Amino acid sequence: MATAIERFDERARRRFESLGRTVVYVGELRRHPVYTRFLHWMVALFFFLALFSGFGIYLPWLFRWFTPIFGGGPLARALHPWFGIFCVFFFGLQMLNWLKPMMWTPADTNWMRNLRGIVSGKEKLEPPDTGFFNAGQKLQFWEIVIGCVVFLITGIILWAGARTFGSTLVAISYVLHDVSAIVMLGGIFVHIYLSTIGEPGTFQAMTRGAVSEPWAWTFHPAWYREVTGRDPRESYEKAREETERAVTQNPSESKLRSK
Amino acid sequence: MSDRKTLQIQRMSAHPGPIPGTGVQRDVQVCKLVDTTTCIGCKACEVACVEWNDMPFGATTFDNTYQTMPETRWNFWNLIKFNEHPREDGTVQWLMRKDQCMHCADPGCLAACPADGAIVQYTNGIVDFNQENCIGCEYCVSGCPFNIPKLNPGTKKVYKCTLCSDRVGEGLEPACIKACPTGCLKFGTKDDMKFIAEERAKQLRDNFGMEKAGVYDPESIGGTHVIYVLHDATDPERYGGLPKNPTIPWSYTVWKWLFKPVLGAFALFGGLGVLLHYVTVGPRRPQPEPPNKEGTNGNGD
Repeated sequence: MATAIERFDERARRRFESLGRTVVYVGELRRHPVYTRFLHWMVALFFFLALFSGFGIYLPWLFRWFTPIFGGGPLARALHPWFGIFCVFFFGLQMLNWLKPMMWTPADTNWMRNLRGIVSGKEKLEPPDTGFFNAGQKLQFWEIVIGCVVFLITGIILWAGARTFGSTLVAISYVLHDVSAIVMLGGIFVHIYLSTIGEPGTFQAMTRGAVSEPWAWTFHPAWYREVTGRDPRESYEKAREETERAVTQNPSESKLRSK
Repeated sequence: MSDRKTLQIQRMSAHPGPIPGTGVQRDVQVCKLVDTTTCIGCKACEVACVEWNDMPFGATTFDNTYQTMPETRWNFWNLIKFNEHPREDGTVQWLMRKDQCMHCADPGCLAACPADGAIVQYTNGIVDFNQENCIGCEYCVSGCPFNIPKLNPGTKKVYKCTLCSDRVGEGLEPACIKACPTGCLKFGTKDDMKFIAEERAKQLRDNFGMEKAGVYDPESIGGTHVIYVLHDATDPERYGGLPKNPTIPWSYTVWKWLFKPVLGAFALFGGLGVLLHYVTVGPRRPQPEPPNKEGTNGNGD
């Protein structure tokens, strides 16, 4: 079974690589293939379409101004389940694609112990055993997996309605659908923040598909070691010495930079 | 035409802010009284309802009873439910109950509805659906304790009995009342109907040996604007699924009005949280960063 999924993913990655391309410049590492990026942005697109079309139904007295975007209440209601289906479909493919790197390891438990230092910004470098994904990313991934399952089941129940599933099941689904949306909405802020301004240099991983080497040894040192064969700590120290040497050799540049 | 009157809305589904015009007019609560003890199952009310509301009649399902169809439909709002209740002595009590929207004082459909103005309650107590505002989500179906709102799959709009709000606004009684040949159906103010119903129940208890006779006007949903006189008020379930204590699912009450906005705000605080992180702790950059001015570590010390 696992090998069947791997074969499917590999074929998809190969096919998409011939459709698009991933340019890796000198000093960069290949992060996400075309297939992964395509799936990510499809999930993102349909997630936000589902989110915004759902807002007007979630809290109509507050978010009623979202429904005209979709052509009014009836159309927002009619489109919302389809947006959700597509979102879950593409995320399902992404889940298969990422099943292996998203497995929990002892390194992730270690990472969670360092969470405070990472959030407070005191730990500049991630723990040296942090691989392709860190524990925070894995937690969010599995939250979305569970969320998508909840969305799908409760969504189908709400879609068919009480005449098919009965009032009690609809009432329970109504609450669970909301809970899933609330958790995912809270999570999406963190996701967007960390992938853009929160950790500069991350966004290009999902657009161009490549990241800088300093980014890799800072945030995913074990992955850096795996793909380059070099020690992330050594690479970092070397880069630091070079930077310092450049500054001492050229103090005017140091002044410029510090401003 | 002196009886003509604009029905004033007192409650509106999913409406932000106050309801325009509330508290201006004084209005009596209207009520339909159904005396199940004098119903003969002639179905004249069913026909009158279909006639007045111009609804086409379709094929029905025969379920070995006298009932026209198993339950009400989007275009069939008034259904006499026939039930055979076995008595203790082995005989059978044949029960007929006119099933339709109960026009609850505290309507579950209205509480569940997420579409602004799709469900309204008039000051006279009538609960009405405005199909032009309906989004077809069917939450009202699950909010109703009486299984009354029905979706028209063609238009994706939900329909139910209007208590002939179009007739009542003109000072006329509902069509079903007009058609009833036995006087089993009565229409008037809630106070009058409640009085007549209680008198009739007392009569049944005193003169007809029906010790358990009583009035069905469930308190759990604030009373209804359709009330029944029942042979046995202690067991309304036997009249074809009339709930003893109808309730609105808590998902449309405490969850919808308290937890939804509060938890939704918490989710939005996620955005506030990352903003605060950005302006206090700041971003984490790939290392090494250029050395800081005066060799500080960036924490200001």
